[in-house]
Amino acid sequence: MADTPETTKKTGWYQKVRDIDRRIIFLFIALAVIIPLLLQPSFPEFPAQLVKDTFAEMDKLPEGSKILMAFDYDPASEPELQPMATVWTRHAFENKLKIYIVALWPLGQNMAEDTLNELLKEYPDRKYGVDYVNLGFKSGGQGVINVILTDFAKMYPTDVYNKPLSQIPIMKDVKSIKDMDLIINISAGFPGLKEWVQFGADPAGVRIIGGSTAVQAPLLYPYIPNQLHGLLGGLKAAAEYEELADRKLCGMKCGQDAECIDSCIKEYAKRDKGKVRMGAQAIAHMVIMAFIIIGNITFFIDRRRERKG
Amino acid sequence: MLRRTLPLLITFAVGFVLVISKFIPKVETLGEDFSIYFDIIAVFAFILGGGNLVKIHGNKIYRRSEGWGYSLVCIIGFFATLTIGLFKFGNPLGWTGNVVAEGSAFKGIYDFIFKPLGATMFALLAFYVASASYRAFRAKNAEATVLLIAAFVILLGRTFIGKMVSFWVPIDQAGPDIPSFAEWIMNVPNLAGQRAIMIGIALGIVSTSLKLILGIERSYLGADTE
Repeated sequence: MADTPETTKKTGWYQKVRDIDRRIIFLFIALAVIIPLLLQPSFPEFPAQLVKDTFAEMDKLPEGSKILMAFDYDPASEPELQPMATVWTRHAFENKLKIYIVALWPLGQNMAEDTLNELLKEYPDRKYGVDYVNLGFKSGGQGVINVILTDFAKMYPTDVYNKPLSQIPIMKDVKSIKDMDLIINISAGFPGLKEWVQFGADPAGVRIIGGSTAVQAPLLYPYIPNQLHGLLGGLKAAAEYEELADRKLCGMKCGQDAECIDSCIKEYAKRDKGKVRMGAQAIAHMVIMAFIIIGNITFFIDRRRERKG
Repeated sequence: MLRRTLPLLITFAVGFVLVISKFIPKVETLGEDFSIYFDIIAVFAFILGGGNLVKIHGNKIYRRSEGWGYSLVCIIGFFATLTIGLFKFGNPLGWTGNVVAEGSAFKGIYDFIFKPLGATMFALLAFYVASASYRAFRAKNAEATVLLIAAFVILLGRTFIGKMVSFWVPIDQAGPDIPSFAEWIMNVPNLAGQRAIMIGIALGIVSTSLKLILGIERSYLGADTE
């Protein structure tokens, strides 16, 4: 059949869609991320059972419990992991838990300091050396965990401010990670949550929960629930944890008043980075799915044409 | 002879000590001591790495090779950051202050250059993932179709939209909705596959480690010229 102007037009249009310039895809992804971040729409979060278990693991600790927080990530994974670090530190400060900070990644120490600087504006009465201590970064990966499994002072003779551990009140009854009530690790790769489970929590008999990037999370499922007692895998889980934390805080603030709780949660949602960024993630996922569907439609049309001859 | 025999002996001795330190409590501290020795050796590796960086990029600049401008930026950035950090320029407490104290130039480099650039490099992945998904995710056969369906379920399940499109389950109730299906994929097929891979890797590590400790595997010594 000879080509008519209509078929040429259709073929040209189809050709453009099938061989779409990747810069068009980049533009759609950019808009899918930028617009929700600017408009900040709020979406409901329905916490999964694993997130609820992780929250319960933290929430059941009595006041004064000791938690070791290991910041094992850097600015590259900050958008995904910082919401977890912030909500866990807030949860610890709110429940008056004692925080011992370490880092196996060089920039983890900086991420910890940024987190503390942010939360100390909300909890100005928390004192360094009494309510929390920052022991800082040490190189060596699982070798560091191996040493602090039996003796903190061997690896960390001082804190980040060069103060000997013996002069820090919060370190008084703490010799090793065996004295901790919970380990929390926020991890972007190696060394990270897997190493803390294998070399730290399991040998020490201390419970551990962790947060990881969504890409890393599937690798950690084999450790749940006997060795890893809670996991936040990716930004969605962080947003769900923020929802649980907000519900608890607003419940304490408003009692049984449902309207007060709702408006309180909406107010807190503006400061919750996980919830703010979920809008961008949701729209970006939709855009990726749309392109996959278009790609498959063009694939099947091509295949049918080939078969017809 | 010493060039090959001495490293083999060191490998055997250190490997043997680290293995027995895990099984005999009395020598447990030996394993910890070796971890600290590793930290000390790592410091020399930092110096070696820095020196190597300067050598490679310095060479490119000297020869005016293609892209020598980027090497110049790299060298300037390296020495500028090193100098500012070593001499603590702009540090409110001078030489006695923490190198990353608020208000210091080093902290400024971290906050306004390193942090945004690091986040940007990682963020670029999102664009390439989208482009690659469009071109590569095709239902060519049964296995590819299963992979595609699983990918769709996970993509939907990881957002609130998964809950919204699951019209067969009320939105505020738990039930067999798309997020639950996504969770099932992670908890059952993914977990089974991951366990199998982990066991395989663990057996491989044991085997390779034994070969290294016993000197059967010598590739780390470099080319065999004897």
